[in-house]
Amino acid sequence: MQDTTLTTARKKKPFPWHILVFMAPAVIVYTAIMILPLAETLRLSLFQRDSVTQAVSWVGLENYLRLFFDPFWVGPFFNALGNNFFFFVMHMLLQNPIGILIAALLSMVHLPGKKLYRTAIFMPTLLSFVIVGFVWKLILSPLWGVSKGMMTDVGIGHLFMPFLGKEETALTTLSLISVWQFIGIPMMLIYAALLSIPEEVIEAAECDGVTGLAQFFKIKLILILPTIGIISILTFVGNFNAFDLIYTTQGPLAGPDFSTDLLGTILYRTFYGQQTQPGDPNMGAAIATIMFFIILAGVAVYLFFIQRKLTRYEM
Amino acid sequence: MAISRARRNRVSELMAHAILLTFAVIAMFPVILIIINSFKTKKAIFKSPLSLPNAESFDLVGYTTVFTQGNFPLYFTNSVLVTVGSLFFVLLFGAMAAFALSEYKFPFNRLTGLYLALGIMIPIRLGTVGILTLMVATKLVNTHWALILVYTAQGLPLAIFILSEFMATVSKDLKAAGRIDGLSEYSIFFRLVVPLVRPALATVAVFTMIPIWNDLWFPLILAPSEATKTLTLGAQVFVGQFVNNWNAILAAMALAIIPVLVLYTIFSRQLIRGLTSGAVK
Repeated sequence: MQDTTLTTARKKKPFPWHILVFMAPAVIVYTAIMILPLAETLRLSLFQRDSVTQAVSWVGLENYLRLFFDPFWVGPFFNALGNNFFFFVMHMLLQNPIGILIAALLSMVHLPGKKLYRTAIFMPTLLSFVIVGFVWKLILSPLWGVSKGMMTDVGIGHLFMPFLGKEETALTTLSLISVWQFIGIPMMLIYAALLSIPEEVIEAAECDGVTGLAQFFKIKLILILPTIGIISILTFVGNFNAFDLIYTTQGPLAGPDFSTDLLGTILYRTFYGQQTQPGDPNMGAAIATIMFFIILAGVAVYLFFIQRKLTRYEM
Repeated sequence: MAISRARRNRVSELMAHAILLTFAVIAMFPVILIIINSFKTKKAIFKSPLSLPNAESFDLVGYTTVFTQGNFPLYFTNSVLVTVGSLFFVLLFGAMAAFALSEYKFPFNRLTGLYLALGIMIPIRLGTVGILTLMVATKLVNTHWALILVYTAQGLPLAIFILSEFMATVSKDLKAAGRIDGLSEYSIFFRLVVPLVRPALATVAVFTMIPIWNDLWFPLILAPSEATKTLTLGAQVFVGQFVNNWNAILAAMALAIIPVLVLYTIFSRQLIRGLTSGAVK
């Protein structure tokens, strides 16, 4: 890039140093700390360390073959992958529609106290996973029994169980906690998108007698579809990277019995090792690479199939 | 007709309040639970977790434990240092690059923009292996710089993406006038453009700040030493160590909530303004 800038610029004016000065810090930091390490991950996944001699050698795609076909890896890997899809689907079904509903209610023209609601609902998004994980563990634990007491008060006490401690309920419970935490993001973005719909469009709709719910579904929802698209892809990328919530509530072993294991936790265990297994950076790199391709595939699907179909209206 | 419409609005308004209030209560319940119980005796925490502290159950033992046994003031300083440092570089470098991309025509302008935007979609966490190797090689492990550099790289793509949209909206006449007055390109950027895109900078700041302040992954891997531990990592370790000291844990968590609350209150007005003006364009 530098050289071409130099040759084309030489013909006309002195070399535009200021462009280089403006661009260089961002490009250098980004390339050195983000792009090169990502490339390094791809490279590492093609090597393996010999357990006896400790010599590192090229093994080609062997790590990937192990991940997909070696019984030791296949079970845990596809378990984590399946869990991750479940986690994502829960967010798409709950977090985003509820976020849109809240935003739609907040954008009602006359609604006193909307700032308070907005702040309260956005609050969990600001909290760290350590707090979120721990407080929900407390609330749901049979030991403290806040939830048990509350459920008893409304007459469903018999339904209480250690939600985080049972294989059947743990992942669903964690998905709901994560939805609780991040609902503020779709809410904020959709709220902003709704506010920026021009007055004239709404007035025109009202003149045509399109009001209330019909107005929302026939006009506003269509206009904010691009924002919903962006939120969906952000949800996808975020969910396939999830790690912290599982780590802080269930530990690196993603208990009970790996029922809450996600790609992020299996990556952590593989890379650093955990009680039952020694750390294996090369295998970890292979998992990270697979995650990279899953996310890339998701983003590509979004860009080529979804975003193209979305019509952007000039506002 | 006017009357019936007003009445219908009142009904729908009430329903809106009911729904929003429900969600607000669900959102706030755990936070309030932590805060009220952090001021109570251990006995009261278990016996009546939902009640407010009164003269009998009020107890500050949790807070005294946190301040005497944990290194919380240090962790707090570390978190502030890392977050503010990263934010500074993300906003400065991001705004500079965004300005260059939106203001000047140069070869590979669009390609560079695309290259930088790539990072929005790819989580930096997947490069952890390479980052760790790099930090070990440059002896930056267990320094604040390791975290600041990583978070800067992480925050730049989104910052550049959002800011270049905004920079494009700054009036061309203004910049032209500045050039006629003999301002250098640097003065045009720092004195004319930066003040005009302040709401955008606030939006970027909030969205960059939240994940940095709350991150557990990189502090755990790059800077786990006692001297560089961040508040999030410190709280995680503390919660693990004091697993039965409920007073201390609740107090530690209450303390970790406060800074975020303060920061959000400062930025929230600019955040909404930045978001909406960004969407209108």
